[in-house]
Amino acid sequence: MVFDSPKAVVEALTGADYLPDERIAQVVFLAERLDKPVLVEGPAGVGKTELAKAVATITGRPLIRLQCYEGLDDAKALYEWNYKKQLLRIQSDVDHDWDSISHDIFSEEFLLARPLLEAIRSPEPVVLLIDEVDRIEVETEALLLEILSDFQVSIPELGTMHATTQPMVFLTSNNTRELSEALKRRCLFLHIDYPDANREKEILSARVPGLSDHLAKQVAQVARSIRGLDLKKAPSVSETIDWARTLLALSVEDVDEEVLGDTLHVLLKYQTDIEKAAKEFTSSTQA
Amino acid sequence: MISVITGFIDELREAGVPVSMVEAIDGMKAVEMIDLGEKVALRETLRATLIKNLRHEGAFDTAFDVYFSNVPAPIEPDDPESANDVLPSMPERGQGAETEFDLDGLLEALLDALAGMDGESLRRGARQAVDQLAGMEPGRPVGGTYYLYRTLRRLDLAQLEADLIEALMSDEDLSEFEKRLLKEDVEARLEMLRKEIQEEIRRRLVADRGREAVARTLRRPLVEDVDLMHATTSELADMEAAIGPLTRKLASRLARRRKRGSGRLDFRRTVRRSLASGGVPADPQFRHPRPHRPEVWLLCDISGSMATFSRFTLQFTHAMSTQFSRLRSFAFVDTVDEVTDFFGPGVDFGSAVRRITQEAEVVWLDGHSDYGNSLETFYSRYGGQLTSRTTVLISGDARNNYRPPREAVLGDIAKAARAVIWLNPEPHSYWDTGDSAMSHYGKHCTSIHEVRTLRQLEEFIENLTLPSGKTPQNV
Ligand SMILES: Nc1ncnc2c1ncn2[C@@H]1O[C@H](COP(=O)(O)OP(=O)(O)OP(=O)(O)O)[C@@H](O)[C@H]1O
Ligand SMILES: [Mg+2]
Repeated sequence: MVFDSPKAVVEALTGADYLPDERIAQVVFLAERLDKPVLVEGPAGVGKTELAKAVATITGRPLIRLQCYEGLDDAKALYEWNYKKQLLRIQSDVDHDWDSISHDIFSEEFLLARPLLEAIRSPEPVVLLIDEVDRIEVETEALLLEILSDFQVSIPELGTMHATTQPMVFLTSNNTRELSEALKRRCLFLHIDYPDANREKEILSARVPGLSDHLAKQVAQVARSIRGLDLKKAPSVSETIDWARTLLALSVEDVDEEVLGDTLHVLLKYQTDIEKAAKEFTSSTQA
Repeated sequence: MISVITGFIDELREAGVPVSMVEAIDGMKAVEMIDLGEKVALRETLRATLIKNLRHEGAFDTAFDVYFSNVPAPIEPDDPESANDVLPSMPERGQGAETEFDLDGLLEALLDALAGMDGESLRRGARQAVDQLAGMEPGRPVGGTYYLYRTLRRLDLAQLEADLIEALMSDEDLSEFEKRLLKEDVEARLEMLRKEIQEEIRRRLVADRGREAVARTLRRPLVEDVDLMHATTSELADMEAAIGPLTRKLASRLARRRKRGSGRLDFRRTVRRSLASGGVPADPQFRHPRPHRPEVWLLCDISGSMATFSRFTLQFTHAMSTQFSRLRSFAFVDTVDEVTDFFGPGVDFGSAVRRITQEAEVVWLDGHSDYGNSLETFYSRYGGQLTSRTTVLISGDARNNYRPPREAVLGDIAKAARAVIWLNPEPHSYWDTGDSAMSHYGKHCTSIHEVRTLRQLEEFIENLTLPSGKTPQNV
């Protein structure tokens, strides 16, 4: 599916229950037009991963995901030779000379494709999600560069494999370290921040069926208010969603300081943050 | 349009934003895909292609306002006046016109626009407000801040806020809790108005004085280039936001072992695995290295000569304390006191600083820096608790008021700790001039660094490698 305007992107994503702002829609639009990867950065739980999933949904493309972690290497990201199968092949075949065997065992049949290669080889266009790319070491980033700029993978024994179809690539980062300039240069940059109260309200309405308009608005406003405090960890969108669900389960119709005090632990994860927020909101009501 | 975009890119570079050749070309290519009349589309397209770091977005927004001030907004109001009501028409209205001008009418229109979140009417109202209240005079080389201040003062935001609260109040007796939420909502809306007015003022300044001139007056050093010794309060506030990621990075740097990689061969697991391949050890297994649990002690000069910088180091300490459970902090002037507990969990920065200035005992004699006494006191009180896992970070200008440096004790500290690192906020060329005793102390440090800006702090963190494990001497 090709979008003829950023507006069309907004509509499609909204239809998939992902509520984008203008910036998000514009960047998705450009990514598709320019065949460029998108580097999505922002605090935890603002919908970075979800964006890639939603784009897969609206384009009807399969999602291939590479979850990054410290110590990820090419064998897990790109490809690996299936050495067990190769060994068996060598042992079962004593008649042939080494040249023909080695030619044989370094063929596609013995290749284990990992997410990056899988995305390149896919006969149908895919969405490739490289999740939490800031977790890999700078040195490992080099693995990604070839894919990101040329959509190809070089395998010494086999030559270069080109993408037959153009994948849409999303990389996400929590910005725990600065990514290399080389990687950033190849990407469109999209910083997603906490949504404003209006958009958060829409997200809540989309994600929490049965939530009243009034409650959605209140939840969004409280979330904004709490994010304004100096906390160890501000509530993410997923946490406000959890909170809204909790309120619904408790049949709350109207949030007041008491309800908030009783359920703060759903929104905030640190005891010190909970205490601070509780203090903040009860003192405002005593004034 | 092309020339405006190249001018815009030049301005970004002037402001210190590193836009590479490739990115500039990408930006040009990308704008071919969009409707150039749509401001948001244009802005986000240029942003996504040219800016790759959140810290540069402020500079981007300012420059964009200036360079594309005449790009029509997405929905252009069909207000006949709006097309060319720029500066030249203004002097005619003069002062006589102001008395006729219906301020109450404008306030009412703004109130409606804000209550109904009607962006289009808000923009129209902002235009009118600037028109009538800013008193802009062509050719006067003032920055927009003055006009902004003037317009807002005449608009009487406090009254507008009160009216808006009333307009939005769904029923009479809101609880205090609901009032609070409402007030925050209203503040966010007024912020929109402020932005519109500012944008309008910039638009007119550009019409009057040209893009380059306005951009030049609005240019500020990027937050990473602000001199930490002379930062303004608002610059310090911006820095605070940038410090978080830096401390996370420092935390992971310190936790990192110097030798990276897979650790020692795990012989047993390798043999067990080899059964699958007929006894060939084709899949060597490695032990995972144990994660390192670093300890950091921060030692900050908070004397008068360091006022701004020490505020920054305290911010840094505060941010570090949320990252690191094993962080101890100490402050000194002419003697030293531990301040770790002032940064205890959940304490906000302001109250921590207040308590440190009131309660920490950092002055012994006269309140002028005495590094020698501070370090000796530090070593005699806490030196016994240093271990081969402790990294000691000292921040200070090493200006000792011509007192004896007594640097030998720093050697003792270095011997007991894993590393001693000194961060000096003065330019390298000032070290050892006047009363600076930097090289006396420097010779006992693992490394010393000039850290005058966030950028330098970041470089320091990026390049940090520590002696990996001294064998513990007294565990
Ligand atoms: N714009 C949005 N529209 C709809 N739902 C959203 C939106 N943003 C966030 N969410 C909700 O928030 C949840 C968390 O989002 P997601 O897992 O994508 O966050 P993330 O940014 O990838 O976080 P992390 O950095 O922790 O990986 C999603 O499952 C979704 O329910
Ligand atoms: Mg994620």
